[in-house]
Amino acid sequence: MTANPDSAVSPARPFFDGVKSALTSVFFLVLAGTYVGMGALAHDFGFPAWWLAVSTVLVWAAPAQVILMSSLGSGSALIEIAIAVSLSAIRLFPMVVALLPLLRGPSVRTRDLLLPTHFTSVSMWVESLRLLPSMPRERRVAFCNGIAVGYMATATAFGFVGFYLAARLPPLLAGTLLFLTPMSFLTSTARNSRELIDRLAFGLGLVIGPVLIVNHVGLDLMWTGVGGGTIAYGVHRLRRAMK
Amino acid sequence: MNAALAELWPYLLMVLVGFLPNEIWRVLGLVLARGLNEDSELVVWSRAVATAIIAGVIAKLIVFSSGALDNIPLAVRIGAATCGFGAFLAVRRSVFVGVLVGEVALLAGGYLFT
Repeated sequence: MTANPDSAVSPARPFFDGVKSALTSVFFLVLAGTYVGMGALAHDFGFPAWWLAVSTVLVWAAPAQVILMSSLGSGSALIEIAIAVSLSAIRLFPMVVALLPLLRGPSVRTRDLLLPTHFTSVSMWVESLRLLPSMPRERRVAFCNGIAVGYMATATAFGFVGFYLAARLPPLLAGTLLFLTPMSFLTSTARNSRELIDRLAFGLGLVIGPVLIVNHVGLDLMWTGVGGGTIAYGVHRLRRAMK
Repeated sequence: MNAALAELWPYLLMVLVGFLPNEIWRVLGLVLARGLNEDSELVVWSRAVATAIIAGVIAKLIVFSSGALDNIPLAVRIGAATCGFGAFLAVRRSVFVGVLVGEVALLAGGYLFT
Protein backbone atom coordinates (compact mmCIF):
# COMPACT_ATOMS: atom_id res chain seq x y z
CA MET A 1 0.00 0.00 0.00
CA THR A 2 1.38 3.44 -0.87
CA ALA A 3 1.26 6.07 1.84
CA ASN A 4 -1.14 8.89 1.33
CA PRO A 5 1.18 11.98 1.41
CA ASP A 6 -1.04 14.19 3.53
CA SER A 7 -1.82 11.53 6.10
CA ALA A 8 1.87 10.82 6.71
CA VAL A 9 3.23 13.88 8.50
CA SER A 10 1.32 17.14 8.42
CA PRO A 11 -1.40 17.42 11.07
CA ALA A 12 -2.67 20.67 9.47
CA ARG A 13 -4.96 18.99 6.95
CA PRO A 14 -6.92 16.79 9.39
CA PHE A 15 -7.03 19.70 11.87
CA PHE A 16 -8.73 22.01 9.38
CA ASP A 17 -10.97 19.17 8.20
CA GLY A 18 -12.07 18.94 11.83
CA VAL A 19 -12.70 22.70 12.07
CA LYS A 20 -14.75 22.56 8.87
CA SER A 21 -16.75 19.59 10.09
CA ALA A 22 -17.52 21.47 13.34
CA LEU A 23 -18.71 24.61 11.57
CA THR A 24 -21.06 22.65 9.32
CA SER A 25 -22.58 20.28 11.93
CA VAL A 26 -25.92 20.60 13.76
CA PHE A 27 -24.04 21.45 16.95
CA PHE A 28 -22.93 24.74 15.42
CA LEU A 29 -26.47 26.13 15.78
CA VAL A 30 -27.03 24.55 19.19
CA LEU A 31 -23.76 26.00 20.53
CA ALA A 32 -24.43 29.41 18.97
CA GLY A 33 -27.86 29.55 20.61
CA THR A 34 -26.64 28.23 23.97
CA TYR A 35 -23.75 30.68 24.15
CA VAL A 36 -25.86 33.67 23.07
CA GLY A 37 -27.95 32.73 26.12
CA MET A 38 -24.81 32.41 28.26
CA GLY A 39 -23.65 35.84 27.12
CA ALA A 40 -26.99 37.25 28.23
CA LEU A 41 -26.66 35.40 31.55
CA ALA A 42 -23.14 36.79 32.12
CA HIS A 43 -24.44 40.28 31.43
CA ASP A 44 -27.36 39.69 33.78
CA PHE A 45 -25.17 38.56 36.68
CA GLY A 46 -22.68 41.37 36.12
CA PHE A 47 -19.70 39.38 34.81
CA PRO A 48 -17.46 41.03 32.17
CA ALA A 49 -17.72 39.65 28.62
CA TRP A 50 -14.06 38.61 28.77
CA TRP A 51 -14.65 36.64 31.95
CA LEU A 52 -17.19 34.55 30.07
CA ALA A 53 -14.77 34.10 27.16
CA VAL A 54 -11.99 32.89 29.48
CA SER A 55 -14.41 30.54 31.26
CA THR A 56 -15.49 29.12 27.89
CA VAL A 57 -11.88 28.24 27.04
CA LEU A 58 -10.89 27.02 30.53
CA VAL A 59 -14.05 25.33 31.81
CA TRP A 60 -15.48 24.39 28.40
CA ALA A 61 -18.69 22.87 29.76
CA ALA A 62 -21.90 24.86 29.42
CA PRO A 63 -23.71 23.39 32.49
CA ALA A 64 -20.69 24.05 34.73
CA GLN A 65 -20.43 27.60 33.39
CA VAL A 66 -24.13 28.25 34.07
CA ILE A 67 -23.83 26.87 37.62
CA LEU A 68 -20.70 28.95 38.15
CA MET A 69 -22.30 32.21 36.97
CA SER A 70 -25.69 31.79 38.59
CA SER A 71 -24.28 30.61 41.95
CA LEU A 72 -21.48 33.17 42.12
CA GLY A 73 -23.99 35.80 41.04
CA SER A 74 -26.47 34.87 43.75
CA GLY A 75 -23.77 34.68 46.42
CA SER A 76 -23.70 30.94 47.25
CA ALA A 77 -20.89 29.57 49.43
CA LEU A 78 -17.78 28.78 47.38
CA ILE A 79 -17.52 25.16 48.53
CA GLU A 80 -21.16 24.64 47.56
CA ILE A 81 -20.46 26.02 44.06
CA ALA A 82 -17.38 23.84 43.63
CA ILE A 83 -19.36 20.72 44.62
CA ALA A 84 -22.24 21.53 42.24
CA VAL A 85 -19.83 22.26 39.36
CA SER A 86 -17.93 19.05 40.06
CA LEU A 87 -21.09 16.93 40.17
CA SER A 88 -22.28 18.38 36.87
CA ALA A 89 -18.90 17.49 35.38
CA ILE A 90 -18.90 13.79 36.36
CA ARG A 91 -20.29 12.99 32.92
CA LEU A 92 -16.96 14.11 31.41
CA PHE A 93 -15.22 11.16 33.03
CA PRO A 94 -17.00 8.38 31.12
CA MET A 95 -16.74 10.48 27.95
CA VAL A 96 -12.95 10.73 28.20
CA VAL A 97 -12.79 7.03 29.06
CA ALA A 98 -14.76 6.19 25.91
CA LEU A 99 -12.98 8.65 23.62
CA LEU A 100 -9.29 7.95 24.33
CA PRO A 101 -9.17 4.38 23.01
CA LEU A 102 -10.22 5.80 19.62
CA LEU A 103 -7.30 8.25 19.68
CA ARG A 104 -4.54 5.98 20.95
CA GLY A 105 -2.16 4.52 18.41
CA PRO A 106 1.50 3.57 17.93
CA SER A 107 2.55 7.14 17.04
CA VAL A 108 0.42 8.86 19.72
CA ARG A 109 2.23 9.96 22.90
CA THR A 110 0.36 10.50 26.17
CA ARG A 111 0.98 14.24 25.97
CA ASP A 112 -0.78 14.31 22.58
CA LEU A 113 -3.89 13.22 24.49
CA LEU A 114 -3.81 16.19 26.90
CA LEU A 115 -5.57 18.59 24.52
CA PRO A 116 -8.32 16.17 23.43
CA THR A 117 -8.86 15.39 27.13
CA HIS A 118 -9.39 19.07 27.96
CA PHE A 119 -11.50 19.57 24.82
CA THR A 120 -13.92 16.76 25.71
CA SER A 121 -17.48 18.07 25.84
CA VAL A 122 -20.85 16.70 24.76
CA SER A 123 -20.72 18.24 21.26
CA MET A 124 -17.11 17.26 20.46
CA TRP A 125 -17.61 13.80 21.95
CA VAL A 126 -20.72 12.95 19.94
CA GLU A 127 -19.11 14.09 16.69
CA SER A 128 -15.79 12.37 17.41
CA LEU A 129 -17.43 9.05 18.20
CA ARG A 130 -19.41 9.33 14.98
CA LEU A 131 -16.55 10.38 12.65
CA LEU A 132 -13.29 8.97 14.06
CA PRO A 133 -13.82 5.23 13.56
CA SER A 134 -13.74 5.54 9.76
CA MET A 135 -10.53 7.58 9.83
CA PRO A 136 -6.86 6.46 9.78
CA ARG A 137 -5.41 6.55 13.32
CA GLU A 138 -2.60 8.99 12.53
CA ARG A 139 -5.12 11.68 11.54
CA ARG A 140 -7.50 11.29 14.47
CA VAL A 141 -5.91 13.45 17.19
CA ALA A 142 -5.53 16.46 14.87
CA PHE A 143 -9.05 16.02 13.49
CA CYS A 144 -10.51 15.75 16.97
CA ASN A 145 -8.64 18.90 18.10
CA GLY A 146 -9.94 20.66 14.98
CA ILE A 147 -13.56 19.81 15.83
CA ALA A 148 -13.12 21.11 19.36
CA VAL A 149 -11.36 24.32 18.32
CA GLY A 150 -14.15 24.98 15.81
CA TYR A 151 -16.79 24.55 18.52
CA MET A 152 -14.86 26.54 21.09
CA ALA A 153 -14.37 29.47 18.71
CA THR A 154 -18.10 29.38 17.88
CA ALA A 155 -19.08 29.34 21.55
CA THR A 156 -16.68 32.17 22.46
CA ALA A 157 -17.81 34.39 19.58
CA PHE A 158 -21.53 33.91 20.25
CA GLY A 159 -20.97 34.52 23.97
CA PHE A 160 -19.84 38.05 23.05
CA VAL A 161 -22.84 38.43 20.72
CA GLY A 162 -25.27 37.47 23.51
CA PHE A 163 -23.54 39.74 26.02
CA TYR A 164 -23.80 42.81 23.83
CA LEU A 165 -27.34 42.00 22.64
CA ALA A 166 -28.57 41.59 26.22
CA ALA A 167 -27.27 45.06 27.03
CA ARG A 168 -29.18 46.66 24.18
CA LEU A 169 -32.41 44.71 23.73
CA PRO A 170 -35.76 45.59 25.37
CA PRO A 171 -36.59 43.41 28.45
CA LEU A 172 -38.88 40.93 26.70
CA LEU A 173 -36.29 40.12 24.02
CA ALA A 174 -33.51 40.00 26.60
CA GLY A 175 -35.72 37.50 28.48
CA THR A 176 -35.97 35.28 25.40
CA LEU A 177 -32.16 35.31 25.11
CA LEU A 178 -31.89 34.08 28.70
CA PHE A 179 -34.42 31.36 27.86
CA LEU A 180 -32.10 29.95 25.16
CA THR A 181 -29.84 28.21 27.68
CA PRO A 182 -32.49 26.17 29.57
CA MET A 183 -34.35 25.45 26.33
CA SER A 184 -31.31 24.14 24.46
CA PHE A 185 -30.15 22.12 27.51
CA LEU A 186 -33.65 20.69 27.94
CA THR A 187 -33.85 19.40 24.38
CA SER A 188 -30.22 18.36 23.86
CA THR A 189 -30.07 16.47 27.17
CA ALA A 190 -33.36 14.76 26.36
CA ARG A 191 -31.94 13.82 22.97
CA ASN A 192 -28.93 12.20 24.61
CA SER A 193 -31.18 10.30 27.05
CA ARG A 194 -31.91 7.14 25.12
CA GLU A 195 -32.15 4.59 27.89
CA LEU A 196 -34.67 4.37 30.72
CA ILE A 197 -32.07 5.20 33.38
CA ASP A 198 -31.14 8.46 31.61
CA ARG A 199 -34.75 9.50 31.06
CA LEU A 200 -35.66 8.72 34.63
CA ALA A 201 -32.68 10.67 35.98
CA PHE A 202 -33.62 13.55 33.72
CA GLY A 203 -37.30 13.65 34.79
CA LEU A 204 -36.44 13.23 38.48
CA GLY A 205 -33.89 16.05 38.31
CA LEU A 206 -36.45 18.42 36.77
CA VAL A 207 -38.84 17.76 39.68
CA ILE A 208 -36.47 17.32 42.63
CA GLY A 209 -34.45 20.47 41.88
CA PRO A 210 -37.26 23.02 42.35
CA VAL A 211 -38.80 21.06 45.27
CA LEU A 212 -35.51 21.27 47.19
CA ILE A 213 -35.14 24.98 46.49
CA VAL A 214 -38.72 25.75 47.57
CA ASN A 215 -38.02 23.91 50.83
CA HIS A 216 -34.72 25.78 51.30
CA VAL A 217 -32.57 22.64 51.32
CA GLY A 218 -28.88 23.56 51.14
CA LEU A 219 -26.61 22.08 48.42
CA ASP A 220 -29.77 21.69 46.32
CA LEU A 221 -27.96 20.80 43.07
CA MET A 222 -25.79 18.19 44.75
CA TRP A 223 -28.79 16.44 46.32
CA THR A 224 -30.75 16.71 43.07
CA GLY A 225 -27.94 14.92 41.26
CA VAL A 226 -27.14 12.28 43.86
CA GLY A 227 -30.81 11.69 44.75
CA GLY A 228 -32.28 11.66 41.23
CA GLY A 229 -29.32 9.77 39.77
CA THR A 230 -29.27 7.11 42.47
CA ILE A 231 -33.04 6.50 42.29
CA ALA A 232 -32.78 6.13 38.50
CA TYR A 233 -29.82 3.79 38.92
CA GLY A 234 -31.75 1.75 41.52
CA VAL A 235 -34.72 1.34 39.18
CA HIS A 236 -32.32 0.34 36.40
CA ARG A 237 -30.77 -2.36 38.65
CA LEU A 238 -34.19 -3.61 39.79
CA ARG A 239 -35.43 -3.92 36.23
CA ARG A 240 -32.31 -5.81 35.23
CA ALA A 241 -32.62 -8.13 38.23
CA MET A 242 -36.23 -8.96 37.34
CA LYS A 243 -35.43 -9.91 33.74
CA MET B 1 -1.97 46.38 44.08
CA ASN B 2 -5.41 46.13 45.65
CA ALA B 3 -7.07 47.37 42.47
CA ALA B 4 -5.24 44.73 40.44
CA LEU B 5 -6.28 42.06 42.92
CA ALA B 6 -9.90 43.19 42.78
CA GLU B 7 -9.81 42.86 39.02
CA LEU B 8 -8.18 39.42 39.12
CA TRP B 9 -10.41 38.07 41.90
CA PRO B 10 -13.30 36.95 39.60
CA TYR B 11 -10.78 35.05 37.45
CA LEU B 12 -9.21 33.44 40.49
CA LEU B 13 -12.68 32.35 41.65
CA MET B 14 -13.34 30.92 38.20
CA VAL B 15 -10.21 28.77 38.39
CA LEU B 16 -10.85 27.64 41.99
CA VAL B 17 -14.57 26.78 41.93
CA GLY B 18 -15.12 26.46 38.15
CA PHE B 19 -12.09 25.18 36.27
CA LEU B 20 -10.51 22.84 38.85
CA PRO B 21 -13.65 20.97 40.06
CA ASN B 22 -14.69 20.54 36.41
CA GLU B 23 -11.33 19.59 34.92
CA ILE B 24 -10.57 16.95 37.54
CA TRP B 25 -13.01 14.51 35.88
CA ARG B 26 -11.34 14.88 32.50
CA VAL B 27 -7.90 14.30 34.03
CA LEU B 28 -9.20 11.30 36.00
CA GLY B 29 -10.58 9.94 32.73
CA LEU B 30 -7.13 10.26 31.16
CA VAL B 31 -5.37 8.65 34.13
CA LEU B 32 -7.83 5.85 34.87
CA ALA B 33 -9.21 5.21 31.39
CA ARG B 34 -7.47 1.86 30.98
CA GLY B 35 -9.24 0.10 33.81
CA LEU B 36 -12.85 1.04 33.11
CA ASN B 37 -15.28 0.51 30.30
CA GLU B 38 -18.47 2.37 29.42
CA ASP B 39 -20.71 -0.27 30.96
CA SER B 40 -19.07 -0.48 34.37
CA GLU B 41 -21.50 0.15 37.22
CA LEU B 42 -19.61 3.23 38.45
CA VAL B 43 -19.77 4.82 35.01
CA VAL B 44 -23.49 4.05 34.62
CA TRP B 45 -24.30 5.57 38.04
CA SER B 46 -22.17 8.67 37.48
CA ARG B 47 -23.86 9.29 34.14
CA ALA B 48 -27.26 9.17 35.86
CA VAL B 49 -26.07 11.61 38.56
CA ALA B 50 -24.73 14.00 35.91
CA THR B 51 -27.99 13.82 33.94
CA ALA B 52 -30.09 14.53 37.05
CA ILE B 53 -27.93 17.49 38.02
CA ILE B 54 -28.19 19.02 34.54
CA ALA B 55 -31.98 18.59 34.74
CA GLY B 56 -31.86 20.36 38.11
CA VAL B 57 -29.95 23.25 36.54
CA ILE B 58 -32.52 23.50 33.72
CA ALA B 59 -35.45 23.56 36.17
CA LYS B 60 -33.66 26.14 38.29
CA LEU B 61 -33.11 28.43 35.30
CA ILE B 62 -36.77 28.19 34.25
CA VAL B 63 -38.51 28.27 37.64
CA PHE B 64 -36.22 30.62 39.56
CA SER B 65 -35.21 32.91 36.71
CA SER B 66 -33.23 36.05 37.17
CA GLY B 67 -33.19 39.47 35.56
CA ALA B 68 -35.06 40.00 32.32
CA LEU B 69 -36.51 36.49 32.26
CA ASP B 70 -38.01 36.98 35.72
CA ASN B 71 -40.23 39.76 34.27
CA ILE B 72 -42.08 37.10 32.28
CA PRO B 73 -44.66 35.25 34.45
CA LEU B 74 -43.73 31.77 35.74
CA ALA B 75 -46.74 30.15 34.04
CA VAL B 76 -45.60 31.55 30.67
CA ARG B 77 -42.05 30.25 31.18
CA ILE B 78 -43.23 26.76 32.11
CA GLY B 79 -45.85 26.78 29.34
CA ALA B 80 -43.26 27.84 26.75
CA ALA B 81 -40.79 25.16 27.87
CA THR B 82 -43.59 22.56 27.65
CA CYS B 83 -44.55 23.71 24.12
CA GLY B 84 -40.92 23.59 23.02
CA PHE B 85 -40.39 20.15 24.51
CA GLY B 86 -43.61 18.89 22.86
CA ALA B 87 -42.43 20.20 19.50
CA PHE B 88 -39.03 18.57 20.06
CA LEU B 89 -40.71 15.19 20.67
CA ALA B 90 -43.10 15.64 17.74
CA VAL B 91 -40.50 16.63 15.13
CA ARG B 92 -37.88 13.84 15.08
CA ARG B 93 -36.37 14.91 18.42
CA SER B 94 -34.99 18.02 16.76
CA VAL B 95 -33.19 20.34 19.19
CA PHE B 96 -33.51 23.19 16.71
CA VAL B 97 -37.32 22.87 16.38
CA GLY B 98 -37.73 22.50 20.14
CA VAL B 99 -35.72 25.62 20.94
CA LEU B 100 -37.43 27.63 18.18
CA VAL B 101 -40.99 26.71 19.27
CA GLY B 102 -40.14 27.31 22.94
CA GLU B 103 -38.73 30.75 22.14
CA VAL B 104 -41.71 31.76 19.96
CA ALA B 105 -44.13 30.58 22.68
CA LEU B 106 -42.23 32.56 25.32
CA LEU B 107 -42.22 35.67 23.16
CA ALA B 108 -45.97 35.39 22.42
CA GLY B 109 -46.86 34.63 26.05
CA GLY B 110 -44.58 37.35 27.34
CA TYR B 111 -46.09 39.85 24.93
CA LEU B 112 -49.67 38.95 25.95
CA PHE B 113 -49.27 38.51 29.71
CA THR B 114 -46.55 40.89 30.83
